Amino acid sequence: MDKADCPSQNKTKDFSTLRNRKICASKAQQSSFSLVSKHKNVQPAEMLKDGTQLPSPPGHEPRNKTLLILVVVLSFSTRFYKLAEPPHVCWDETHFGKMGSYYINRTFFFDVHPPLGKMLIGFAGFMTGYDGTFPFIKPGDKYEEHNYLGMRGFCAALGSCLPIFAYLIVLELSQAQSAALITASLLIFDTGCITISQYILLDPILMFFIMAAVLSMIKFNQQRYRPFTAPWWMWLVLCGANLSGAVGVKFVGLFIIVLVGLNTISDLWVLLGDLNLSLVDLLKHFLARVAGLILLPLFLYVTIFAVHFVVLNKSGPGDGFFSSAFQSRLIGNNLHNVSMPESESRTPVLVRHGDIIRLEHKETTRNLHAHRQEAPLTKKHFQVTGYGINGTGDSNDLWRVEVCGGQRGDLVKVLRSKVRFLHKATGCVLYSSGKTLPKWGWEQVEVTCSPYLKESPSSQWNIEDHFHPELPNISLSVLKPNFLEILLESHIVMIKGNSGLKPKDNEMNSKPWHWPINYQGLRFSGVNETEYRVYLLGNPVVWWINLASLGLYVIMVAVASIAIKRGLPLNQSRLEHSRLLKRGGGLLLLGWLLHYLPFHAMGRVLYYHHYFPAMLFSSMLTGVTLDIVLKNSDLLLHSIYSDRLKVGGWLLLQLSILYSFYLFHPLSYGMTGPLAHEPGSAMAGLKWMDSWDF
Amino acid sequence: MFLDCGGKPECLEKKPTHVRGEHANSTHNRSQPGSEPGEPLPEMLQLPLVVTVQVDLVLVLISSLAFLTRLSCLSYPNAVVFDEVYYGQFVSLYMKRIFFIDDSGPPLGHIILALGAYLGGFDGNFVWNRIGAEYPMGMNVWSLRLLPALCGALCVPLGYLLALELKFSHVSALGAAVLLLLENSLIVQSRFLLLESVLIFFVLLALLSYLRFQNSTSSSWSRYGWLLLCGVSCAAAVGVKYMGLVSYLLLLGVASVDTWNVIGDRAASHLSVCVQCFCRFMCLLVVPALLYIFWFYIHLSVLNHSGPHDQLMSSAFQASLKGGLSRITKGQPLEVAFGSQVTLRSSASHPVPCWLHSHKANYPVRYENGRGSSHQQQVTCYPFKDVNNWWIIKDPNRQDLVVDTPPKPVHHGDVIQLVHGMTSRFLNSHDVAAPMSPHAQEVSGYIDFNVSMPAQNLWRVDITNREAKSEVWKTIVSDVRLVHVNTSAVLKLSGVSLPEWGFRQLEVVAEKAFKVHSSSLGWTVEEHRYGTSQEQKDREVELHSPTHIDVDRKISFWAKFVELQWKMLTLKQEESEHKYSSSPVEWITMKTNIAYWLHTSTNAQIHLIGNLVSWGVAHLSMLAYQLLAVIYLLRRRRGFKDISDGAWEQFVRLGCVCVGSWLVNFVPFLLMEKTIFLYHYLPALCYLHLLTPTLLEHVHTHLLSSPTHRRLLHVCVIGVLLYVFLCFWTFCPLTYGTPELSASQLQRLKWRDSWDILYRRQ
Repeated sequence: MDKADCPSQNKTKDFSTLRNRKICASKAQQSSFSLVSKHKNVQPAEMLKDGTQLPSPPGHEPRNKTLLILVVVLSFSTRFYKLAEPPHVCWDETHFGKMGSYYINRTFFFDVHPPLGKMLIGFAGFMTGYDGTFPFIKPGDKYEEHNYLGMRGFCAALGSCLPIFAYLIVLELSQAQSAALITASLLIFDTGCITISQYILLDPILMFFIMAAVLSMIKFNQQRYRPFTAPWWMWLVLCGANLSGAVGVKFVGLFIIVLVGLNTISDLWVLLGDLNLSLVDLLKHFLARVAGLILLPLFLYVTIFAVHFVVLNKSGPGDGFFSSAFQSRLIGNNLHNVSMPESESRTPVLVRHGDIIRLEHKETTRNLHAHRQEAPLTKKHFQVTGYGINGTGDSNDLWRVEVCGGQRGDLVKVLRSKVRFLHKATGCVLYSSGKTLPKWGWEQVEVTCSPYLKESPSSQWNIEDHFHPELPNISLSVLKPNFLEILLESHIVMIKGNSGLKPKDNEMNSKPWHWPINYQGLRFSGVNETEYRVYLLGNPVVWWINLASLGLYVIMVAVASIAIKRGLPLNQSRLEHSRLLKRGGGLLLLGWLLHYLPFHAMGRVLYYHHYFPAMLFSSMLTGVTLDIVLKNSDLLLHSIYSDRLKVGGWLLLQLSILYSFYLFHPLSYGMTGPLAHEPGSAMAGLKWMDSWDF
Repeated sequence: MFLDCGGKPECLEKKPTHVRGEHANSTHNRSQPGSEPGEPLPEMLQLPLVVTVQVDLVLVLISSLAFLTRLSCLSYPNAVVFDEVYYGQFVSLYMKRIFFIDDSGPPLGHIILALGAYLGGFDGNFVWNRIGAEYPMGMNVWSLRLLPALCGALCVPLGYLLALELKFSHVSALGAAVLLLLENSLIVQSRFLLLESVLIFFVLLALLSYLRFQNSTSSSWSRYGWLLLCGVSCAAAVGVKYMGLVSYLLLLGVASVDTWNVIGDRAASHLSVCVQCFCRFMCLLVVPALLYIFWFYIHLSVLNHSGPHDQLMSSAFQASLKGGLSRITKGQPLEVAFGSQVTLRSSASHPVPCWLHSHKANYPVRYENGRGSSHQQQVTCYPFKDVNNWWIIKDPNRQDLVVDTPPKPVHHGDVIQLVHGMTSRFLNSHDVAAPMSPHAQEVSGYIDFNVSMPAQNLWRVDITNREAKSEVWKTIVSDVRLVHVNTSAVLKLSGVSLPEWGFRQLEVVAEKAFKVHSSSLGWTVEEHRYGTSQEQKDREVELHSPTHIDVDRKISFWAKFVELQWKMLTLKQEESEHKYSSSPVEWITMKTNIAYWLHTSTNAQIHLIGNLVSWGVAHLSMLAYQLLAVIYLLRRRRGFKDISDGAWEQFVRLGCVCVGSWLVNFVPFLLMEKTIFLYHYLPALCYLHLLTPTLLEHVHTHLLSSPTHRRLLHVCVIGVLLYVFLCFWTFCPLTYGTPELSASQLQRLKWRDSWDILYRRQ
């Protein structure tokens, strides 16, 4: 395919390189890195962006503060412990570390995710003295003297905020320390959350923004009785900013936007029903939310991309994914600041829409030819071949040029015109099926002649290189796309790239139903006995408690709803509990559903770590649910014993979480020695499921 | 025949007059003039026998018109029309009781079509190979097309009744029925061997019977008859096409809201609430599920002969069909023993079903990419029956290759060697990269080249579907993994084709990743016999001879059902393009049509083109409903009650049924990546035709107060109806395929540039 794309060096005659408008992934060029770097001391800087300081819940007694401090200390210490281990590239660090380096080197690249996460990684590296010279070629490469701790520390700091945010969210929702503490310890002592926070990955950044958005949304809800005051505005703006942050890191952030959107709609609905509010007030409420939750995030999101394109101005491995016009703005690309004749021509007549032409391959002098034979892969299409030699050929070599959206007589212009080639004899259209030919075709992409004439990008081509001695050259700078066009194109490319990540047959692929039951983890580092192994796997006790609580929650809500609907006599505290379950728990359940269910419908390849945002919601729901279960233990026992049961149950829960963390902590902090199924292993007896691979 | 057709639409012409003079109420018609009620009747025996019959004449009229439009000259054209070519082949297979898999939908649709064919005496001897092929003289085309046409005709009165159940007047109901009646696309789709009309019929019936159930105030048990009918028609709708599922889910949603209100009824006792909930649960969930399985039961009991799709199914399934595999495997010994001669079929039918195979050819010393191989004998997977598919199971501790008397069966966990029958090479694997999947180990027939590459030919038998701990390896039934003893890799079909040197057969490898649950690791013994010949020569003769003894082997219906349903859902067909396929957004404006049939010599043709006028009106009313709903909602929330609570409830229910059904029948297509056609939109469209007149009635009663406005609305409605009829009338020739039109007439019918209307050059 590289061959097909590369413009030939011979520039004497009039010829053009045709380039299909679909993305064709060119082989990533290896950019050269100079291996010079300075060792610098790393400070694990706490980078809380967007001014999100750890907010303390207002109006609570000081005991709160000590608990909060405890949570903060535990959270940071578990995440920063052994942060430097292993001192080599782990798993996807090879991508995101590399992309961070690209920012430092200002080299253009392509990734399926929006740029904010990588930008922050690059910035963190830059601030802590990483110079962008480490190549991040493959997992397992030693960092040696390169300064990687800054980037890891940045991710770990954001990851450390997750339990704290979860603590605060549950505290706001349930107004109960005990519930908040359950959630906090579930997350602090979850090996999965620790592992995923400790490396240069997008996930801790994404989850940070998600949780910050939820927290500010709930704080904002809490301010509903004091509208348009300073804290009300602050939480609104913070929520909007965090939304743009979440989407700016990964498109998965869209789910949190849906959650906040639904919450806002129900909020507005309540306001609408408040007949004391005048229509003007309502309009003010509405416009404030539009500004804070739609316009501001949109502006910030666009700004992120603006920064991205301004910073990355050098040609790099991502060029091939973008259109010719796009490439012309990258320094070092062969389309940068070049000039070529504008109109496609054949001396002395310019080629126009509707003209019949013959296309001759420059190297082999064969004509582009199609006939009624089935194409090699797409059986319903016709085969396209090279036929004749040195100008001879037959009537099957004739094609009619059509400019898309043009009329008869329109000129065919280089780069700017999308053209279709209609085969004169059979009426079919030149088409790129996107399927890869087998080995005999050098795994290049199949070209066919499609009898289905519907307009589609697969049948549109543009002229990328064009040389003609007798035509005046124009500078391609006139073609330079404006910012909005760039933004649009990069999104199309990202979305296509995302859906192009199809699971391969040979790979083990993770299915969404695996995730809540903690069926299979991910190997971050090391395979065999001699290596330092890190395995991303949630603490099974924590995860299974979460799973059970989900079921418990549904049952409890059903029972409570039916009891209320049937008008059974319930005392005040039970009514309060059921209201709490439905409101607070409902919000969290919705969050879990939104972050989990869409994956079932996705065609792209999925990984275990996609579940982590949902897992955060699930853990918060567990906190709320189990707390209410314990508080209602007097349904079973006499009130004297039930208080003891409540305290005992809570302690038992915490202890079992702690003990399971003690058992499974080597998953996060590294294992060496024999594998778990061998008797001498440190993890012997802990391989509770065959599918776990440590 | 043509005269008939000409006569029919004239009846329809009277329709608008009917609308104008609509008396709205059903006519009471006492057919038996009994005695006057006031008359005293002292003695019981003198009581006259009185039958009071109420006949809704409008309903009768509408139904007869529907039958007329759908059923007249049904056997014209006497040729294969559009998708008849697809459904017809299955009807033929049904007549011959040959097993097939159709991944497009569950079997009830095929059963219904086949029933029509069966009643008409069709013998299945017709090759459905192209659209436009003439049916032979003796074939009863009328009966083939009868059942879909009947269902299509019944949709019209169902629409009428549904509007009444939604508590709208008879005028609205008549309007809905007229719109359905005059919808050209519904007529076209009903008149051929197609399933959309059947689906629409069952969905409407389900909705109607549910609303009947819900509206009947009496707490009598008879209303549960309606609920049961609702469950049955839901099962039928889902059984005809998977698309019926969305309507079923919507109905369940509506039913659960209603049930929730029943629970909230504090006047009722706990027990009665429980009983009511239980009845709904049984009728709406359990009955449909059971019936759905019952459709498969019929399907599987009728289709008991082997056929073209056998290969997709497991060996056990195939063995249960008459002919085909069961002819070969009948009477094979059940238990695999040391010395058995077997063929091993891969459990994966992806990319094709195949058998473990070896032949006298070695792996090339160097592959194209320069990697080396062991140069031992190739082991592949071969998709055809062949004598080289035979393997002999050998006890590693003994030399001979015959079965002892009594046979010594192989159990789960036993270690065996596999000897290739024709070449006597041992199945072997070693730490050499496989030809196409270099991450896996090569599998070969071992040849000792004396290059310090010892034989590693021990395999452990791992029966994955075992029930007991040391189960015996059984023919056809057992799914076996062969675990390589030295490396603990598992014999696996990689699914990749080998290049020319491997005769394009499929690659077989041994792979470590045994945790992946994949059917490509499993193998079943398909053909099996106890080997008796000690010498290689005799053995070759033995392998060439067919196996036969007689035993019947059965698998349960449940296993067959699960396998078939799973295969139907996972069977991937190659993505196909079609000239007339369209995108869902195009349906709303009817941008594309579908040419169904063109006469072999003249310009007579049939197209799927809807009634453009009613189509437009329907979508406008849908928009109007949504707009109105938003305005109502916002205003009610602010405390302005524009309409009474009763009217509001009626309005909401109308939205749930019509707009809700439209949404669930339309939105899924937006997300689908399949090739879809205009006719997929017809179920959704029906609801919009119900919505149009009912919404107008709502506007008429609740929003228009001045008589002038109302009169204006009447005039508009009559005008639109006339226009709808004109449009129907204009497109009749393309709907019925007769009379033949000239090229210029056809040109004039091309109301939209994007429509594809065919002209025959004279």
